[in-house]
Amino acid sequence: MAEAEREKKEKVRIYIIGREYKVPVGLTIMKAMEYAGYRFIRSCGCRGGFCGACATIYRVKGNYKLRMALACQETVEDGMYISQIPFTPAEKPIYNLEELSPSANVFLEYYPEIAKCVSCNTCTKACPQDLEVMDYVQAALRGDFQEVASLSFDCIACGLCATRCPAEIVPYNIALLARRLYGKYVMPKAKHVEERIKEIESGKFNEEIQKLMDTGLRDLKEIYEKREIEPE
Amino acid sequence: MVKIPYYPGCAVQTTARNYSISGISIAKKLGIELVELPKWNCCGVFPYLANDDLMRHLAPIRNLIHVQEMNENGIVQNENRVITFCSMCYHTLKEANLFLKDAEKMEKINTFLEREKEFAGGVKEGYKGGVEALDFLEVLRDMVGYDRITKEVKKPLKGLKVAPYYGCLVLRPREIGIDDPENPTVLEDILEALGAEVIDNPNRTQCCGSYHTVDRKDIVAKLTYDNLIYPIRNGAEVIVTCCPLCTFNLDHRQKEARKLRRDLKEIPVMYYTQLMAVAFGLDKQFWGVDLGLHYVDPKPLLEAKNLY
Repeated sequence: MAEAEREKKEKVRIYIIGREYKVPVGLTIMKAMEYAGYRFIRSCGCRGGFCGACATIYRVKGNYKLRMALACQETVEDGMYISQIPFTPAEKPIYNLEELSPSANVFLEYYPEIAKCVSCNTCTKACPQDLEVMDYVQAALRGDFQEVASLSFDCIACGLCATRCPAEIVPYNIALLARRLYGKYVMPKAKHVEERIKEIESGKFNEEIQKLMDTGLRDLKEIYEKREIEPE
Repeated sequence: MVKIPYYPGCAVQTTARNYSISGISIAKKLGIELVELPKWNCCGVFPYLANDDLMRHLAPIRNLIHVQEMNENGIVQNENRVITFCSMCYHTLKEANLFLKDAEKMEKINTFLEREKEFAGGVKEGYKGGVEALDFLEVLRDMVGYDRITKEVKKPLKGLKVAPYYGCLVLRPREIGIDDPENPTVLEDILEALGAEVIDNPNRTQCCGSYHTVDRKDIVAKLTYDNLIYPIRNGAEVIVTCCPLCTFNLDHRQKEARKLRRDLKEIPVMYYTQLMAVAFGLDKQFWGVDLGLHYVDPKPLLEAKNLY
């Protein structure tokens, strides 16, 4: 009896696509799914909260709220109903950045549906990165691509905002366009990068690269392990 | 200097910058500091006519909540008014309040917004009601007064023949309109206070063609012709407007209108705030005539009248 109690304490009951599993407490959703026997082909990437591949939706029993999370970041809790969204079908027009100008109309031209935003903020509620998604969609609507770039900087393109938008907008692709425009037209060019490119083009590192290319795998591993790591 | 919340809207930040630049500077001259909402979204653009589709009314309500927040954060003191230049923004913000007179709708909207406080950038509280949207024309008429306007005039617009054009969104429907929907006078009164000669424009409350300008330029070209030809025949030298969309259609669609009917001669279209900035003798940068936003350049006319 005591053992059963303890097991109950240490494990939580979760439901993966409707089926019940008991998994140890403290696991992330991703690890819990692997514990339950799932092997990920999609919906899994960096496991560090950066790549946006493991978009997940869940509800906890007894609570009406639909929650969004990254499976590699969120810890399981008792009574979680989990489903993953491995892929979001999304409109992504083709444009040539060289031919675009950072004008107020560029967003409306490529993503005219942003004009349908009713500012319900559902996208913001969906964002596992806690971004102010609706505010950057609104900034895009008035052509303020700098504001879009700054508000969306931490976007990992998991796609959850786009699945929830009642106006069928794909916020993260709009944000990507904004950051590209920002990078091209506003951000100051890094001098040291330009200088380094000149050095590379003048062949300064050719000899060293060739030396590495000619090195065998075992020696290469040794060099790698002994390499100097840049101070923080 | 009285501080009042100011809702810009998308148009006056982009294609109608000449409106806001001139408007903000003349407001300052008249003792009103327009304090831009720290956070705002699209006004909703068009008053949504379906009353049961609540979500479509959220955009203007969210902006009214931001005015409420400005009071709570101490950015303004006990100031429940919010000023706009754009007729469309004014219309949707004003209409939202009428819509929310229905307590059931107010409760439903606020219940929907309730969960937002859990999220980044969400509103912390629902709308309590009572934020009053004002068109800047109302501010000039009711708060400032025409006498005060005349007092600020350094260069009277003497001999300048101006024809006002209102469009529809500041006048109709009656519950929202700032003036008599059939026979408005506020633009005329302001222009007279500036010393201009007001020309009768029988089409001043007609439709400009609105958003047909995007995909049915032919419709708008026809309306632009009609809306310009009568004031021109009456001797007008400049059309004076208060709405960014009317202005775009009356000014930029002259190109298409002149293709349609060759007897239309070009006429500049200016916001009343621009003419006020001229008459107040403000620095030219506040007139908004050098931003490349006018299709028909108003400068030659201003030069001819010794105003530039």
